[in-house]
Amino acid sequence: MVEFTRLWDVLVVGGGNAALSAAITAARAGASVIVAEHAPKAMRGGNSRHTRNLRALHPKPTDVLTESYLEEEYWDDLLRVTGGRTDEALARMCIRASEHAPGFLRDCGVVFQPSLSGTLSLSRTNAFFLGGGKALVNALYRTAEKLGITILYDTEVQHIAIEEGFAREAIVSWRGFPQRIRAKAVIASAGGFQANREWLREYWGDAADNFQIRGTPYAQGRVLRDMLASGVQEVGDPTQFHAVANDARAPMADGGLAMRLDCVPFSIVVNKDVERFYDEGEDVWPKRYAIWGRLIAQQRDQRAFAITDSQALHNYLPSVFPPMKADSIAQLAVMLDLDPAKLERVVAEYNAAVQPGTFHGNKLDDCRTEGLAIPKSHWARRIDTPPFYGHPLAPGITFTFLGVKVNDRARVMMADGKPSGNIFASGEIMAGNILGQGYLAGFGMTIGTVFGRIAGEEAAKIGRN
Amino acid sequence: MTGTESEATIEARRQMEICNACRYCEGYCAVFPAMTLRREFTTGDLTHLANLCHSCKGCYHACQYAPPHPFGINVPETFATIRAESYAEYAWPQGMGRAFERNGTLVSLAAFLSVTLVLLLTMALQDPAILYTAQTGTGAFFRVIPYWLMVGMASLSFGYALFAMGMGAVRYWRGTAPGAGQKPITAGPVAEAAVDILTLRNLGGGGHGCNDLDDSFAQARRHLHHAMFYGFMMCFAATSVGAFYHHFMGWKSPHAFLSLPVQLGTWGGVLLCIGTAGLLWVKTVTDPGPVAKRLLGGEYAMLALLFLISSTGLLLLAIRHTGAMGVMLAIHLGLVLAFFLVMPYSKMVHGVYRGLALLRNAQEKHK
Repeated sequence: MVEFTRLWDVLVVGGGNAALSAAITAARAGASVIVAEHAPKAMRGGNSRHTRNLRALHPKPTDVLTESYLEEEYWDDLLRVTGGRTDEALARMCIRASEHAPGFLRDCGVVFQPSLSGTLSLSRTNAFFLGGGKALVNALYRTAEKLGITILYDTEVQHIAIEEGFAREAIVSWRGFPQRIRAKAVIASAGGFQANREWLREYWGDAADNFQIRGTPYAQGRVLRDMLASGVQEVGDPTQFHAVANDARAPMADGGLAMRLDCVPFSIVVNKDVERFYDEGEDVWPKRYAIWGRLIAQQRDQRAFAITDSQALHNYLPSVFPPMKADSIAQLAVMLDLDPAKLERVVAEYNAAVQPGTFHGNKLDDCRTEGLAIPKSHWARRIDTPPFYGHPLAPGITFTFLGVKVNDRARVMMADGKPSGNIFASGEIMAGNILGQGYLAGFGMTIGTVFGRIAGEEAAKIGRN
Repeated sequence: MTGTESEATIEARRQMEICNACRYCEGYCAVFPAMTLRREFTTGDLTHLANLCHSCKGCYHACQYAPPHPFGINVPETFATIRAESYAEYAWPQGMGRAFERNGTLVSLAAFLSVTLVLLLTMALQDPAILYTAQTGTGAFFRVIPYWLMVGMASLSFGYALFAMGMGAVRYWRGTAPGAGQKPITAGPVAEAAVDILTLRNLGGGGHGCNDLDDSFAQARRHLHHAMFYGFMMCFAATSVGAFYHHFMGWKSPHAFLSLPVQLGTWGGVLLCIGTAGLLWVKTVTDPGPVAKRLLGGEYAMLALLFLISSTGLLLLAIRHTGAMGVMLAIHLGLVLAFFLVMPYSKMVHGVYRGLALLRNAQEKHK
């Protein structure tokens, strides 16, 4: 039976990688720790359950990372995707600390994959969890249990009572029953608000109804909204989120990473009005992969269609749902509910603009178009070899960027500019401090681990006093 | 293959198409790299992948789409069902595939009936008193069960088992051929498959182990299977050495405790006892999520039969100079007879098909 009457050293709100990194660190520092996870046990781990890797700095090759990846290159990569919308001091601190993140996770029982083959080649910058995020989550929970951390599943934190920047207690719904948890320090690691469609509608209107939530349906943003209402300083653009091109037939929530379609660079993408709207060949995974969700979110009915032919079929990963397949472009258009004559014209114009070049599926090549209003800068090949394939696309949201402001010790900042007395944050709930826009593959897990460890250390200091 | 596909096959195809788009498990066993070589999955492909699966359950515990996720991905359970269906499909002679339904009952019944048969035969053929009086010295066993009967029944039943399993193997190999057709079998892949079989590389998880009981990693199942497999092989070697002594050296059993056949049989028996008892324990306490419950009966029965064979063998050794030897010998040989008879229609065939799946996998990698 859980002792709801006792005073805990540290309460961790949330149950993903950021939460457990914090909880384990605090418990190792001698604090008594209780974790409140909204999901039931089988669905625990927040978005971490769907992740796969973490981006880590390394000066020399390790057993799971090739070559080297140093601070300046890492920072440049981040600068490029965020377009400068980042806090340089926090970002650089996070990048430097990322060197030790794989080692910390390994100490928690996480097994890394030696190095990755196949279509996604990120083995230089990203360390892959063997079996993926759920295997990581299992290892973290096992470690937490061994350390004697109390874990409450099916437990939603509904309100944190904050007075003058100091958290007094948390009101929770524990398996449907109201309870309160008292702790000397609180770590908020409860994720963004991407699964809260009502909240998304505030910024995106009806379009939000067509957003697919790639990850956990438990990211309702309740703790975030509650904290912002209690005088915690806000950070990040509420309209910004990390979103990719998902299969339009994916479930509306919890579809996970396998719903993403990486065929965009090898296809042309049109919207419902059969118009191309962006350079599909601008760049490939991971740098420009993350912009397509937003681009599609801005189209009519939040739909788009990637058109390829049999030449391209083996350049991208197979999809969960089979693509539409037809022997002519006009037939394919009918299957996709598009204007056949117009799609034929768009494909013909594109084909006529394709310049001769040498195709390289794995790097920026010299296959491009000339003379189109919207060019395709790389991997442009004529779409002329039947059968033709069509993948319907929808925006798949990973997480939102609105968050709570923190300092470099993961301490939450209050609206009056002063640091909170005993509240810390790690993970998606504070990722907006560093990610103003865009996304870098594996960086969410890096932020979660790095800030989780700092939050755990700092909270344990308060807890032990 | 026949025209209509089983529910399990259709379900496995759905699951493999999701797995092939996800690929988080590619670092686990050989199944997932073999999967990525394909974009479409024929019935034969799915049978091959299912027999390549060692039920280590790593992919289940790591799966973001495992139940209660609506995708309900449960590869170990689905593949176990397909394996059982392939055992029935390729059993020889054809109609005998039905023996895989209610396999636990069949194996238990066969064991009971053959022990009874051997006991009755012994009593009918010999002076019943021989069963109860101590027999010592050269040829003691054959005074209980005549030499011609022992060798005759053993070689007939074992010979049949080998032939039936060989026919099954040929039919399986043809049935799971990829669209490209058969490739000649070469030394490289054979050697690689042999190493896979002898080391159970696919139950090692690359060193950290598999999910034997729950989401924690262990090597228990692999080590217990090793104990069972090598124990079985040592017992088989003991019998072969004994036969060699009998026919070519003129040395008749029972042999001294420190002789080669008795030493091989003793330690083989001990390993077989530990392995089978341990595997029974693992099956009982493991997380039932990724387990095909319908197949458990046959698996329990075969492990129990092997445990009984090894334990009665050891008991026989312990009491061979007493009056209890006769009955114990009859029970032990009755169990061995049952084992040979049911072998082609029991879990034992997994060795044949998994071996061939590993061979095909090695061939594909050498492309």
